[in-house]
Amino acid sequence: MIEEIIISGFGGQGVLSMGKILAYSGLMQGQEVSWMPSYGPEQRGGTANVTVILSDERISSPVLNAYNTAIVLNQPSLDRFEKLVKPGGTLIFDGNGLRKLPTRTDINIYRIDATEYAYANNAAKIMNMIILGGLLKVRPIVKIENVLKGLKKSLPSRHHHLLPLNEKAIYTGMDLIKKIN
Amino acid sequence: MNQHKKEITLLKGNEAVAHAAIRCGCDGYFGYPITPQSEILETLTELEPWKTTGMVVLQAESEVASINMVYGAAGCGKRAMTTSSSPGISLMLEGISYLAGAQLPCVIVNVMRGGPGLGTIQPSQADYFQAVKGGGHGDYKMITLAPASVQEMADFTVLAFDLAFKYLTPTMILADGIIGQMMEKVVLPPYQPRRTEDEIKKECPWATLGKPADRKPNVINSLRLEAADMEKLNLLLQSRYREIEKEEVRFEEFDCEDADYIIVAFGICARICQKTVQLARAEGIKVGLIRPITLFPFPTKQINRYADRVKGMLTVEMNAGQMVEDVRLAVNGKTIVEYYGRMGGIVPAPDEVLIALKTKFSNIES
Repeated sequence: MIEEIIISGFGGQGVLSMGKILAYSGLMQGQEVSWMPSYGPEQRGGTANVTVILSDERISSPVLNAYNTAIVLNQPSLDRFEKLVKPGGTLIFDGNGLRKLPTRTDINIYRIDATEYAYANNAAKIMNMIILGGLLKVRPIVKIENVLKGLKKSLPSRHHHLLPLNEKAIYTGMDLIKKIN
Repeated sequence: MNQHKKEITLLKGNEAVAHAAIRCGCDGYFGYPITPQSEILETLTELEPWKTTGMVVLQAESEVASINMVYGAAGCGKRAMTTSSSPGISLMLEGISYLAGAQLPCVIVNVMRGGPGLGTIQPSQADYFQAVKGGGHGDYKMITLAPASVQEMADFTVLAFDLAFKYLTPTMILADGIIGQMMEKVVLPPYQPRRTEDEIKKECPWATLGKPADRKPNVINSLRLEAADMEKLNLLLQSRYREIEKEEVRFEEFDCEDADYIIVAFGICARICQKTVQLARAEGIKVGLIRPITLFPFPTKQINRYADRVKGMLTVEMNAGQMVEDVRLAVNGKTIVEYYGRMGGIVPAPDEVLIALKTKFSNIES
C-alpha cells in the first residue's frame, strides 16, 4: 500500500501541521513516511503545501508529479492540483471563497465546508483536524487511535489537554464531508 | 541522557544533523542562521547539549567568524563543526582553504539553496563545483558526502567526523533544501562520549593542547614562506587525496545490471530518479540509476564499468550541469552523456525526468 497525498492551502490554515499529524500517524502504525513541505516564500502568507507519503515499502521520491489524494483549501491550490490527481483518486476541497469548482469526472470529489464551520463555531484552530476527519471518513488510511497517538507525539505536553478537542474535531469532519459527484 | 535514547523518530534532515552531532561526541558547533538550515542551530539550542555532554553551541556573529572558530577548535584536536547554506558557505571559503592547508579535521554542512548571489531559499545543487573542485584557493580537496535521506543526514554526520580525523581534512556534507526540510523516519546513532583531553592527545599528537617539556611546540599553520616547504605540503596533501580516492569511494546502484540507459544523480535528485526508473521500467524501458554518495572521491571507475554496456547516460542535477563533467570524464568518450536539470530552486519531478530521457535519447524503444 502506498498513499501519496498533497495538502495545499493558505499559510496559516494548518496545512503543514495536518501533514505532520498524518505522517506521525503513519509512523505509529509502522509505515514508511515522508513529509515534504513547501518552505519557500509562499509559506509566509501565500499558498503553502505539503506532500505526505505513507507506504508499506521504502519510499523512493518524496517529490511527486501525481497524487492519490489532494486536499485543497483555496482556489489557487484547486487550480494547481485538481489536474494532478491520478484517475480514480480523491479530491477534497473546502468550498470557502471558491469561484470555480472542480470539474473532473474520473476522480472522486468531496466537499468539506470546514472553514465555514470553524468560523461559526469559533474553532479556527482545529479546522485542519476537521478536514483530517473528513479525509479519514473517505480514505481510512490511518486508524484514529494512531492519529491520536501521533498527535500526542507531535504536540508538546503542555498542549495535551487539547487532545479530546482534536478528537472531537475529527468526528465533526467525518459528519461534514459530502461527496459531490 | 534520557532525551537521547535510541528510538525510531520522525525528524527533519536538519534536526537529524543536530541530534547526530551531539550523539557522536561533537565538542563544538559554531554557526550563523540561514534558511534552509536554521533548524540545525535551533535544534542544538533546544537540546542544550552543554548541560549534558558539555558540547559548546555558539551562534557566531557571522559565517566568517564561525569557520574561524572551527579552525581554532580543530587546532586543539576538538571535534568541531559548522553548518550553513550556499551564500554562507561562500563566505567561509577562505577559512576552509586554511583548514585544508593546516590539515585540520572538521565537518561542514552545506544545505544548498538556489544561487548565484543571495539567490533563493529553495533547494538547489548548484554548489557541486564549489564543494568538489576547490571553492577556496589552492590545490585542496574536501571529502564530500551527499546524503539522500534524513537517515543519511544523521549517519553522515558521524561518518564525516570519522573521515575528517582519519585523513586530517575538512569534510563536507553537501545536502539541499529538501533533504534539510523534509521529515522521514530516522534511527539516531548510538551515543558516544566526547573524547577526554588524554584521548585527544593520543589521537591528535599535532594538536595544540599545551607544550610538555619533552617535545617541540606544535604549530597550526598553513603558511610556508619557503616555496620548497610549500611544495612539500602540497605533495603530502595530494598523496592523502590519492589515498582517499583509493579507500573512500561510496556509491549506490539501482537496476543497473540489465540497463540500456543509466541515470547518474546525487542527493535528492537520486531519490526523484528512483521513481523515474520505476516509471520507465513500467513502460519497458530498461533504465538504471547510479548514485554517487561521495562526490569527492567520485565513483569514476564504477561509472566507467557501465560505459561499454549502455546506450547512454543522463545526469540529473538541480544546477546547470556540473556533475555531468565528472561523469563524462569517467566514461572517457565511451558513451554519450547527456544532462537534464532545473535551476534556481525548482525541483524536477520524476515524470519530467523520464520525458527528458526520452527526448535526449530519441532512439529509445520500449
